[in-house]
Amino acid sequence: MSFPLVKSLAALTAAATLAIQPAWASDKVKIGFVSTLSGPSAALGVDIRDAFMLAVKLNGGKLGGLPADVSISDDQFKPDVGKQLFERYVKRDKVDFLTGVVFSNIMLAGLPEAVDNKTIYLSPNAAPSPIAGAQCTPYFFAVSWPNDAYHEAAGQYATNLKVKSAYLLAPNYQAGKDSLAGFKRFFKGNVSGEVYTKLGQLDYSAELAEIRAAKPEVVYTFLPGGMGINFIKQFMAAGLNKDIRLIQPGFGSDQDVIRAVGNDMLGIFDTAHWGLDLPNEANKKFVAEFEKEYKRLPTIYAAQGYDTALLIDAAVRAANGKIEDKEAMIKTLKTVKFNSVRGDFRFNTNQYPIQNYYLREIQKDAQGRLVNRIVGQPVLTNHGDAYVKDCPMK
Amino acid sequence: MLEQALNGLQFGLMLFLLASGLTLVFGIMDMINLAHGALYMVGAFLAAWLVQLTQSFLSGVLLAVGLTAVVGMLLEATLLRTLYARDHLSQVLATFALILIINDSVRMIWGSDLALSAPQALSGPVQLLPGLLYPSYRLVIIAVGLAIALLLFVLVTRTRMGAWVRAGASNREMAMAMGINIKVLFTGVFGLGAALCAVAGAMLGPLLAVQVGMGENILILAFVVIVIGGIGSVWGAFVGAILVGFVDTMGRTLLPHLFREIFSPQFASAAGPAVASILVYVLMAVVLFVRPQGLFSGRS
Amino acid sequence: MNRETPPWLWTLLLALAIALPLVLHARGQDYYISMISRMMIYGIAACSLNLILGFGGLVSFGHAAFVGIGAYAVGIMITEGVTSGWLNFAVAMGVSALAAAVIGAISLRTRGVYFIMITLAFAQMIYYLVNSIKAYGGDEGLNIKSRSNFGMGLDLKNDLTFYFVVLLVLVLTLVIISRMMKSRFGRVILAIRDDDTRVDAIGFPAYTYKWVLFIIAGTLGGLAGALMVNHQNYVSPNLMHWTQSGTLMIMVILGGVGTLSGGLWGALVLLILEDLIAEYTVYWQFYIGWFLLAVVLLAPRGLSSLFNRPKKLETKANA
Repeated sequence: MSFPLVKSLAALTAAATLAIQPAWASDKVKIGFVSTLSGPSAALGVDIRDAFMLAVKLNGGKLGGLPADVSISDDQFKPDVGKQLFERYVKRDKVDFLTGVVFSNIMLAGLPEAVDNKTIYLSPNAAPSPIAGAQCTPYFFAVSWPNDAYHEAAGQYATNLKVKSAYLLAPNYQAGKDSLAGFKRFFKGNVSGEVYTKLGQLDYSAELAEIRAAKPEVVYTFLPGGMGINFIKQFMAAGLNKDIRLIQPGFGSDQDVIRAVGNDMLGIFDTAHWGLDLPNEANKKFVAEFEKEYKRLPTIYAAQGYDTALLIDAAVRAANGKIEDKEAMIKTLKTVKFNSVRGDFRFNTNQYPIQNYYLREIQKDAQGRLVNRIVGQPVLTNHGDAYVKDCPMK
Repeated sequence: MLEQALNGLQFGLMLFLLASGLTLVFGIMDMINLAHGALYMVGAFLAAWLVQLTQSFLSGVLLAVGLTAVVGMLLEATLLRTLYARDHLSQVLATFALILIINDSVRMIWGSDLALSAPQALSGPVQLLPGLLYPSYRLVIIAVGLAIALLLFVLVTRTRMGAWVRAGASNREMAMAMGINIKVLFTGVFGLGAALCAVAGAMLGPLLAVQVGMGENILILAFVVIVIGGIGSVWGAFVGAILVGFVDTMGRTLLPHLFREIFSPQFASAAGPAVASILVYVLMAVVLFVRPQGLFSGRS
Repeated sequence: MNRETPPWLWTLLLALAIALPLVLHARGQDYYISMISRMMIYGIAACSLNLILGFGGLVSFGHAAFVGIGAYAVGIMITEGVTSGWLNFAVAMGVSALAAAVIGAISLRTRGVYFIMITLAFAQMIYYLVNSIKAYGGDEGLNIKSRSNFGMGLDLKNDLTFYFVVLLVLVLTLVIISRMMKSRFGRVILAIRDDDTRVDAIGFPAYTYKWVLFIIAGTLGGLAGALMVNHQNYVSPNLMHWTQSGTLMIMVILGGVGTLSGGLWGALVLLILEDLIAEYTVYWQFYIGWFLLAVVLLAPRGLSSLFNRPKKLETKANA
């Protein structure tokens, strides 16, 4: 029994010494990037990452004048993996900023690590309602939108259309609950069904049978990534699109879903805070550069990832590279102006955005590709969120 | 309701494809093969890749099935053969290690997921009864599943090879003593199991997602099926699979519906599928209690 | 237990285990202290599995359930405001003992592959049950705001303090197992592993002995779970998934089935290897897989057998 003990000990000590890397003080911006880079919903994390790195590249590999050291990891769609990665970036690598996570459940699992260790997390996507309200923290910035927002806009749109009955479906996790709560907040018609599916569920035959029986006028689903792709395919395969209208939040009908489902998507309406054709300079550059670099059109996720990098860039520049002072950095992030691809926006007291939400329709562009086109006036203008009053931050 | 029943049948038939291979391997070679789910995944990936390459769903799937069978047989002839004589624990460790290797190998070759779509012709519904539209692709799955089940039965009960298989499952030493070439038989059975896995993987690919790790979830259900059905019995695997398929599907649909009448929608959505899944295991526990060797015993 | 580790080696190991974190702390590398704590916790869980797997000869595929039960017991208590460490740990061990009693009572009536399947079934049932309890996170998992409080001025949030608490529990666990296997109870268990009909015949009810062993193993597993949730400030149903039970089994088999500390070494080797390889490549599972395969083919009794007189390969004939 003696040899293996000694051998294991040797391995342990070797590992300890080999893997220990002292953390140097920063003349650079260290960023920990954790996202879902594998599995059916990988396209979302990949878009955020690609856009973020594009912004860094267009900036000469720098953010705010300092060289950017971005470390990228895959949370594999698992909250415990995400949490461990957060811990490693925050405790071992002592990063200056954390970002990247797509899904609310993973972000919520990891956020305490960041907050406990005074590291700022900038969310390029997940922005759940508890953190907008009573559990708000200065170490969390939602660079994207409050979780409810797209759904509130969709609910408003359905109300504008005078829809009488809507059947709602979302996955059973924080963002899912936020989504349907948001829709119901602005929808004045009758909710004929409210169903929560399992996060990551791919087979919707059961739910589709129920929808067929309920005969609603509209079906509204929040199913990001692979979930949405499967649902829409199965929805069409079951012939339900003949009589029932599908309304989506922008997540459910963006480029990733369009690529996977195809021409059946034509004519679907959705709501979002951004569109490919928003007419500001930053956006035109972003879309052109993204397509040139990656040979595909960007999604809202990409737009958010890009904006996150731009925000960091502006804030670090405004702080003259002094990023160690966290309190000062937080104040700077809250107020710094930068040219976002979505146009004008500002942060609310709870560090969630106040911005416009647009109606989009899937149409064919000049090259015959299916894209989301902004139509009409914004559905919601300068819209914040319903939870800011519960947040004690000023 | 009928739609759900059909869904249950569809799922059950695919489970049968997986379970039949598993039960034969376990029954005849007395080997716990945790990597069976990995072969299902390999079949799905190969199908996704080959369909893309050949631009034909049929050719892609057939080629994938053939290739997976070859992979299976190679695996058996090189590695798994050495495990037959070993204890169950070693088999668990070795096949668990195999899962890790195969998962990452697939990731290295194709990335962590691959898109597989049903053929365009089958992407619409079919009218079964007035008012009942059912996805045509799922109907095809049911047809394929039933056809293969029939073929398997004919093979196992009416051919000489089938007789060898049944003899081997029933009593290996006796079968060897009677002069049956065990080595070739084992490799063949394993290859057949792998092929069946590939059919299930390729057919389910368009409905679920072709991704690394897809085998782990369905593997456990396959084991439950063969325990219920009886280790070594193909007929048992069939009955067990249909049973489990129904209980699982009906549970996942009826229970949340029921719960929603009484509880909040969020509770119902969480509790429903949980109870449905638990039901399957309760079913297995009950069968084990009442008839420990399974419903139809393949062993003597 | 056929090979005794000399006490001087244990003392040396203990000294090293005490010195290492102090050195790391001096260098400001608290992260690694936390990492080693996690490995030791897995070691405790694996040792508890070795009790039934190695000494009892019972291949249980649902051991992770007890770890999870212990973890959730503490997690739920802390969420509800009960942070007394003594209460937390006592309840965790109590609940897992109860679960083990129930599961064991039913499962031990079967044998062989059916025992494997039924323990797996119970673990999956508990997994699905916990998954559905949204009040405590469901499949999103449960974040806990603070760690258990044992009083005595111990702050478990401090990585160093927590390490020593884990080390203490580990040492206690090993002592308990060692004492138990040397006692008459232990010898009966070993006899049962070899042939339980004979043991029944001479008047020791094999079923009862196995049942007690199962309960003890489950309790220790729950203890590991209580430590685990404290360490991660988080628990999710994934802790109880069958692949976790499989991982625990791997650790036991790696370190040496039926040895006192095999579980610990297996856990250390596996987790260190995983972390090391993951530094260099994304495909660490691939290399771990080959490593495990090599162990099965070349060192069937675990790593410990590589360095001792070659034992007879355990085959079906003499298993």
